[in-house]
Parts: sequence; structure tokens; C-alpha cells
Amino acid sequence: MPRVISRDETELYPLEKVRETLEALPHFQELGIRIVEVVRGACTARLEPSPRLVGNPDTGAVHGGVITTLLDSVGGAAAFSAVRLGQTVATLDLRIDYLRAAEPGLDLYGHAQCIKRTRSVAFVRGTAYDRDPEDPFATCIATFMLGANPSEHPLQRLAEEAR
Amino acid sequence: MRPVGELLDAIPYARFLGVRIERGASGPICVLPFRDEIVGNARLPAVHGGVVGSFLELTALLGLLDQSEGSRIPKPINFSTDFLRSAGAAETRGRAEIVKLGRRIANVRVVAFQGDPERVVAAGIGNFLL
Repeated sequence: MPRVISRDETELYPLEKVRETLEALPHFQELGIRIVEVVRGACTARLEPSPRLVGNPDTGAVHGGVITTLLDSVGGAAAFSAVRLGQTVATLDLRIDYLRAAEPGLDLYGHAQCIKRTRSVAFVRGTAYDRDPEDPFATCIATFMLGANPSEHPLQRLAEEAR
Repeated sequence: MRPVGELLDAIPYARFLGVRIERGASGPICVLPFRDEIVGNARLPAVHGGVVGSFLELTALLGLLDQSEGSRIPKPINFSTDFLRSAGAAETRGRAEIVKLGRRIANVRVVAFQGDPERVVAAGIGNFLL
């Protein structure tokens, strides 16, 4: 856990709420993404492979965009779990490096960690892996604006409820 | 000109998103129709950021397929997305610009917009292995 995160749980979003809100997102359900774990400053989710998510018919590899959605989502959740109650989170930028093809047929995992939170920005790093968390097939780096445009992030409802 | 429409049909994830191609004056325009299943924020509603990023990457790939002679589908090495505005409940359009088409690597810049082409909702840049 980054030291920037408050130790006082009453100043933070309840973790169960972060999980519930993410799992209720229409596109999350459409892709079949399940949250594995949300802890303070980090989130892990699992995506079951499906033929309709293939991006390269030559290799059967899942489309990079699916990995984008997985990592943007766990990154946003990692940021949300680390910000103060009532703060909003909006993805500012997201860069993904595709290290290798994911192994066809295996469940895909996305994991992200908030490495630093300032007053206005959360810095997040993430990985996507199939068999071994130490052998990722993609890595990402993302920044999230905090308390920015209040309508930008799907987890916004949590911010409004907290007010 | 290569039949990009056929290649689009061959990519299951592109069919899943319902992406189609139109011919613009300055090259192909990719179109992402709006539907409820791509929503990230149900209250706005707004398209999920991951879908916007996916669409940009797909637009880059299709722009590249339109320009390159290779028969294989280029593989993304990396892709970076800047989210500039939230993408509302409307059709999103994207256009790609090939910055460099090398022997092994292509660098592609893309923008996505809704309505006014000057009102960019997201911009991306990526490197692809040909």
C-alpha cells in the first residue's frame, strides 16, 4: 500500500462498494469480467476468454482493446480505493505495452496498483497475465485525475453518495 | 485498394463492437455505433473508457491495413490513449494517420470524435509490428 493512502478507513470508499459498483457496469457484464480482489490501492480482475473477443483471427489472440478495458477498469478501481471519500476519478491517459500474446483458452487476469496519489493525480501501474503474475503478457501505466470533471468516471455514483 | 471491410469482418472483436468503415474524403473513417452494452457509466450515460481505447486501437489497425501491402494482421507493440472528454451516448467516429510506415514497424496516430470532427473525445498513438 502506498504511504499516501490514509490509514483512517472512514475517509475512504468502502472496498465492497468499489467492487459492487464495478461489477454493475454494463460493459463489465457484457465482457464477463469478474473482480477477484479489491484491497486498498490495488485491484485484480479476471476475464474468461471468448471467441467473440478475438482480435487476430490468424493466432486466436484476444484483441488488445479487451486488455485495455480490463486494465482501465482495475486501474480505476485501484485509484478509487485510494482516494478520499467524495473524490472523483477520471482516466487521463493509459499506455499499454503488449509483451507477448496471451495463451489462447486461459483466463486473463488484470492487476493494478496505485503507486502514488497526489492532491490531483493518481499514478497507477498494472499488469495483465494468464498463468503467472510474474510473467505478464501486457503491462500498463496510467494516470487518473482526481476531483476533476465530476461526471467522467463510472464510479462517480460512489462519490455522489458520499456527499 | 485492399478490402478492409472483409478484414474487419474477420476480426471477431470488431464485429462484437459493431465497428464499420466509411470512406471519407481523406481516407477511411471507422464508426462505433452506440449501444447500451458498451456503457461504462450508466447514469450519464458514457461509453466505457476501455471501449474508447479499444476503438482507437482498432481504428489504428484498420487504417494500417488499408495502407499496407502485407497479408498478415499487424501486431500491436504498444498503444497509448489520452482521454480528453467523456464519450456520450452517440456514434463515435475515428480516423487514423500513418505517421511512419517502415519495413518492420508502423507508427499510427488516431483521434476519435462525436459529431464535430474538431471536438476530439480521445487521441491515441501506437506502434505496430508488421
